[in-house]
Amino acid sequence: MSEHSEHIVPARLYVLIWAILIVCTVLTAWVATVDLGKFNTVVALGIATFKASVVVLIFMHVKYTSEKMTKAILMASVFWLLLLLVLSLTDYSSRPQGLLIPSSSDLVRLV
Amino acid sequence: MATAAVSTERKNYLNAEYGIRSWLFTTDHKRIAILYLFSITLFFFIGGFAALLIRLELLTPGGDLLTADAYNKAFTTHGQIMVFFFLIPSIPAVLGNFLIPMMVGAKDLAFPRINLISWYIYIAAGILYIHCLVTGGVDTGWTFYPTFSTQFSNTKVIEAGLAIFISGFSSILTGLNFVVTIHRMRAPGLTWSRLPLFVWSHYATSIIMLLGTPVIAITLVLVVLERALNLGIFDPTRGGDPVLFQHLFWFYSHPAVYIMILPSMAVISEIVPCFSRKRVFGYDFVAMSSIAIAAIGFVVWAHHMFVAGISLYSAMVFSFLSFLVAVPSAVKVFNWTATMYKGSVSFNTPMMYAFGFIGLFTIGGLTGLFLATLGTDVHLHDTYFVIAHFHYVMVGGAIMGYLGGIHFWWPKISGRMYPEAWGRLAALIVFIGFNLTFFPQFILGYLGMPRRYWQYPPEYQVLNVLSTAGATILAVGYLLPLVYLLWSLRYGAPAEDNPWKATGLEWTTSSPPPTFNFDEIPVVTEEAYAYEKMPLPEEVTLER
Amino acid sequence: MSDSPAMTDTVDVVHHDRPELRHHFAAVDQQRNAASLGMWWFLGTEIMFFGGMFCAYLIYRRWYFPEFAAASRTLDLKVGTFNTVVLICSSLTVAMSVRAAQLGKRKQQVWLLFWTLVFGLSFLGIKTYEWGNKYKEHHIPTFDYNVISGEGNIVKGNEALLGITDEIKNNPVKLRQREAEIQQHTKLFYSLYFALTGMHAIHMIVGVGIFLVISWMAHKGRFTPEYHTPLEIAGLYWHFVDIVWIYLFPLLYLIDRRPGA
Repeated sequence: MSEHSEHIVPARLYVLIWAILIVCTVLTAWVATVDLGKFNTVVALGIATFKASVVVLIFMHVKYTSEKMTKAILMASVFWLLLLLVLSLTDYSSRPQGLLIPSSSDLVRLV
Repeated sequence: MATAAVSTERKNYLNAEYGIRSWLFTTDHKRIAILYLFSITLFFFIGGFAALLIRLELLTPGGDLLTADAYNKAFTTHGQIMVFFFLIPSIPAVLGNFLIPMMVGAKDLAFPRINLISWYIYIAAGILYIHCLVTGGVDTGWTFYPTFSTQFSNTKVIEAGLAIFISGFSSILTGLNFVVTIHRMRAPGLTWSRLPLFVWSHYATSIIMLLGTPVIAITLVLVVLERALNLGIFDPTRGGDPVLFQHLFWFYSHPAVYIMILPSMAVISEIVPCFSRKRVFGYDFVAMSSIAIAAIGFVVWAHHMFVAGISLYSAMVFSFLSFLVAVPSAVKVFNWTATMYKGSVSFNTPMMYAFGFIGLFTIGGLTGLFLATLGTDVHLHDTYFVIAHFHYVMVGGAIMGYLGGIHFWWPKISGRMYPEAWGRLAALIVFIGFNLTFFPQFILGYLGMPRRYWQYPPEYQVLNVLSTAGATILAVGYLLPLVYLLWSLRYGAPAEDNPWKATGLEWTTSSPPPTFNFDEIPVVTEEAYAYEKMPLPEEVTLER
Repeated sequence: MSDSPAMTDTVDVVHHDRPELRHHFAAVDQQRNAASLGMWWFLGTEIMFFGGMFCAYLIYRRWYFPEFAAASRTLDLKVGTFNTVVLICSSLTVAMSVRAAQLGKRKQQVWLLFWTLVFGLSFLGIKTYEWGNKYKEHHIPTFDYNVISGEGNIVKGNEALLGITDEIKNNPVKLRQREAEIQQHTKLFYSLYFALTGMHAIHMIVGVGIFLVISWMAHKGRFTPEYHTPLEIAGLYWHFVDIVWIYLFPLLYLIDRRPGA
């Protein structure tokens, strides 16, 4: 990719993304105070992923690069992390006591 | 007879500059490879010394040579040095560094200064580890399992952990360099399907280095923090889970064994076609099998934990996946064998090591399946069967590949021929010594002798004595190349550019190559192993 | 800087014209591309590095959700949000400074890099303040750790969350057992909190160091529209550190902020 065809992102877009990130930050902090039950975590991680994507695509120029390897590396790394998390979970979630250890006083000795 | 100018007259990477500064501040990938060669050889002999202590102790059933604590330190030291400071760097840092730029037709790796830094990081880690050894050592087993490592061991766990943490960065930077070089610095015409299989295997190895090593890095950080600050992350009495450590540890340490074997397979893929005078059978399959080993190798780690307390369900998943990972390895073995079929096979030293590799790796790989099978693993886990298995693949496999590669490329690296008779003799001694050392251990394990035990019931003694006898023979086999390779630097026959008449861009350079490898960047028009177009090598005589 | 006599004339000219072009690369493009690829791969390794801690966090959060939630509530939400905003500002200034380099505006580059450093150091300063608070509240494992009584009492106000029913309150043995559990399990949260934010802070400090060098280079006019690779790849690193924090913030600060739960 020659520098002469290097895409120059308009300053306005950078500032717009910045504003979106700020809004999302405040939003995620506020939503955490609202009772959505199980969805609190989903929403929090969803907003975080959205923010991260926006940083990757615009600030880190992934949207504008013709370089396939960049996207490949990013996706490979995230996928590999998911391998670690998911396969470890196959162990933890299928243990007899399940994913949640009952927080019962009977189970724990006094230290 | 084709005459080549005596290498020392022409300017090459060895005589381009003299003096220690020209070596310690070099950015020439070939010189850095030599720096690594000396360093890892040193560590090999330190780790070998630890093995010597183990085998001497195990000559007798009683614990009479070492105390129990000292014995624990011996096998821990042996494991950690051999894995982290010898095997993982070995072929990539020596042969990979030396050859990959030449094989892709480049003047150097993508990041020469980072290459040098990776060596310094390795040396720093090595010095820290040796300091740890001489000030007390570590006795947790190479695997650092908590809660012994985090709470109850009285040895220098933190120092050893930090040393290995640092060494990991050397690995990461090497992998980084290789991947970027292979992607971005190939010569014109060198498409992926024309790359030597050595390069494909190192590419796969580098992916593992990049994606796996960081996980053990952070795991060691957590162990160090836990031990230093008494945190309890892995302590079951405080709500932690020691099995979590094992998940994180083995997530890297299993792929690590593929870091150790793939480069060796890379070497075999170069030696076999050359000494069969025939192209590799099924190039695409061999190339893809390297990638498959790297990928599948990442999802099998819990086969080290079948009896550690993971759920039966996940054990079954990991057992199945472990069976899968044997397939691409088998593909390679079949393809190498098919390459030799109807080829014109000669038994030079590198080829002898290659034969040894194929046979011993096959045994090691198959015995891995015994361990991947849940039922038999319950019986065999933590016995000498496991030790025999991994030594068959790591020593019978990886180290034989390494020695084969050193011999194969020795003329290129040094400009000298090693003495062929001694080479073949040493290869034979290594093969015999190796089998005598480790085959009895399969039987010992099957009979129930646990690993890491400093005493054993008397009925196991005969097999242990055989094993120790084999170890001494193996030691001779390893010392011989050290002697005659060094001897050859001064007295060996000068090597021509391509003494084996092998294909590959590295053989188009002089022996030794000039500092920048190529006067003109080559343009590649042929596939990798066009042996039908190559002349036969001259008979390599056995007189010297 | 080619001093190899064997290079062809054309390549020689290229290398002499472009002093930043290193001898083993054929063109500046190739060098830039290689540097970028190298940095992206390095960031990939960093994803796995932090990922190990995320794995530990994931398991223990599922196991000990109430304790993790209660401990999370002791982190100052406003300060954490503000700090996140500070870091996002620094990402903006970094991106803008790369843009300034692309446009050949040296003064703007340096000014934006200055602000990047200001934001980065502010983040670290605020983090230090937060940790100082944790120290005062005895929430740092090893340093007089105590969440049951005193300044760091997290049981008060979180009884429902922590499952301290009246029945347990009235039974001294059960109460002590539950308190011991809470002490242990919240310690796991804080251990991971300090490990994660500490590792993040180390990466920030390294980033500040890198950007001090980069700012100096920019000040010296080393970055032009044709060549600003070091700035670009340093920027990638900085954005990545920002992204790690984008995940750490909800995972550590926002576990359960529902009032009255």
